[in-house]
Amino acid sequence: MATNAPAALAPHGKRPIRGSWTRRTLVMVFLFLCLIYFILPVFWLIVSSTKTNADLFTTFGLWWGGRFNLFANIHDVFTYTGGVYREWLWNTVYYSVCSAVGASLIATLAGYTFAKFHFPGRQIVFAMVLGSILIPITALAVPTYLLLSNIGLINTPLAVILPSLVNPFGVYLMRIYTEQSLPDELLDAARVDGANELRIFASVVLRIVAPGFVTVLLFSFVGTWNNYFLPLLVLSKPDLYPLTVGLASWNDSASAGGGSQVLYSIVLTGALIAIIPLMAAFLLLQRYWQSGLTFGGVKT
Amino acid sequence: MALETSDTTAGSPGMGGVGRRHGRGHRFMRRIGFPYLFLSPYLILFAVFFVVPLLYALRLSLYVDRLVGGTVFVGSDNYKQVFQDSNFLEGLKRMFIFGLFQVPIMLGLALTFGLLLDGGAARFKTLFRLGFFLPYAIPSVVAALLWGYLYGGGFGLFDQIAAKLNLPGPDFLGSSDMLASLANIVTWQWTGYNMIIIYAALQAIPVDIYDAATMDGAGGWQIARYIKIPLVLPAIMLTAIFSIIGTLQLFNEPKIMYSLAPSVIGDHYTPNLYAYNVAFTNQEYNYSAAISFVLGSVAFLASYVFMLVINRRSAD
Repeated sequence: MATNAPAALAPHGKRPIRGSWTRRTLVMVFLFLCLIYFILPVFWLIVSSTKTNADLFTTFGLWWGGRFNLFANIHDVFTYTGGVYREWLWNTVYYSVCSAVGASLIATLAGYTFAKFHFPGRQIVFAMVLGSILIPITALAVPTYLLLSNIGLINTPLAVILPSLVNPFGVYLMRIYTEQSLPDELLDAARVDGANELRIFASVVLRIVAPGFVTVLLFSFVGTWNNYFLPLLVLSKPDLYPLTVGLASWNDSASAGGGSQVLYSIVLTGALIAIIPLMAAFLLLQRYWQSGLTFGGVKT
Repeated sequence: MALETSDTTAGSPGMGGVGRRHGRGHRFMRRIGFPYLFLSPYLILFAVFFVVPLLYALRLSLYVDRLVGGTVFVGSDNYKQVFQDSNFLEGLKRMFIFGLFQVPIMLGLALTFGLLLDGGAARFKTLFRLGFFLPYAIPSVVAALLWGYLYGGGFGLFDQIAAKLNLPGPDFLGSSDMLASLANIVTWQWTGYNMIIIYAALQAIPVDIYDAATMDGAGGWQIARYIKIPLVLPAIMLTAIFSIIGTLQLFNEPKIMYSLAPSVIGDHYTPNLYAYNVAFTNQEYNYSAAISFVLGSVAFLASYVFMLVINRRSAD
């Protein structure tokens, strides 16, 4: 696939950036085909969640067919097994908001400190933070589980939230972002004015690094929203599940069969509802996270 | 190493002066007090949820829990067992094959998209950027469910299409296709994310560099090959390292696929799935810790070796 790049970009022309008509057409055809690949499963999901369970099996997946059953499906999702989906949705929002706000504040504070203070141990502590990016969370799963169960946090929201507050990549991103967007003169001026360090952080730093902050916020939010492994380990009560663990458990019973065939349309509609908030967040905040990442990419 | 940040940008000329004016205690606060105060939330959580579990895992892995005699120190016995455990090695080999194909394809696509959307030949760039990125906003559980249903019989899309064309239905969930089916899910989910990282790095390149190159007669491909790709190499490396680590940790997708194809996935399709089942189905925490530790070390080593190789190559 990579060979498309050289073909698509003008090899040796007078207008290297725009390219010829044929080349542009080829590029567009390639991009549109790829776009279909990325969008089609989501389109299928949308179509499927409007169908009754029987129509799922009898009508073609990529087009509307049979009865328009979306609202009945949504109703089913929210009432199935005592309306547990609502709790999952609420849990997911709760875990994600707490983790994201906490993780990005902590990462911003740490990133700012690495960027703007000279202190003994700075290099080695930062090296440790970076090194931890390379440690797979998997290696920590069992001990984290045992640790949390020793301190009695298993089956509590904190078991999901607290580990999610550690975001080494967020610290890295915020350090670079702060170095590049926050002039030292501004800090010096605030200090000369007599502002204390905490106030400087809250009123000057946070405002300047806001796009980076929003980026880390959004990616932490998504990280927790989509997290499956950690909640699977540390939560065993269905009323504490986030959507991911809940949907997977519904899927298990749907696939196990046993008269629960009806579940497919519920699982599909539940899956659709679970992804709408994130897609909306990315669309609404795209200006922020794209500029935040651009800064993160500059440093070489 | 690409992730290293230099010390040069962090200098703050005014700091020392202000500190001196306020005497010693203030200087201490500026030098050590505030930095560590600000770092303390991160460092405390880091210690509790990173360092302690890591040490704990190491300790666990050196013991066994016997029915008779309780917990006994066995030194490296668990590790010897891991390296001879065909279940573990089989999964590791599978992930190696997976990574060998899936990671280059995904990153090749991500780089291609990044270059095309950064260059001038494409239109509707925002549409493509957001469209390619869309799957990242979908939880891997949902992605696996979605693709699992698409692959499967019953109301699977590929089965429906095959039936319309009077062709035999594909066997995407069978043992010979499963690895590729999983690779497709991962590629679908993560290409856009990697594209955004590379694209962000491309966007940060100052335009005048291209102007100079264009004046010298460089074409689009030459600019991509000799200017853009070298300049965004750190970003590409970052995505590669994340991909290597992610591959070795593959868990969610096979865990979800298990309910659709239990006999194909089994309990040790990936090393991580195996470690999970050893710990939580067999309750062998000590042995599971050893597996996780070996797996973590393999991931760490793989990314480290990868960085060394790339750094050596780009230094030549």
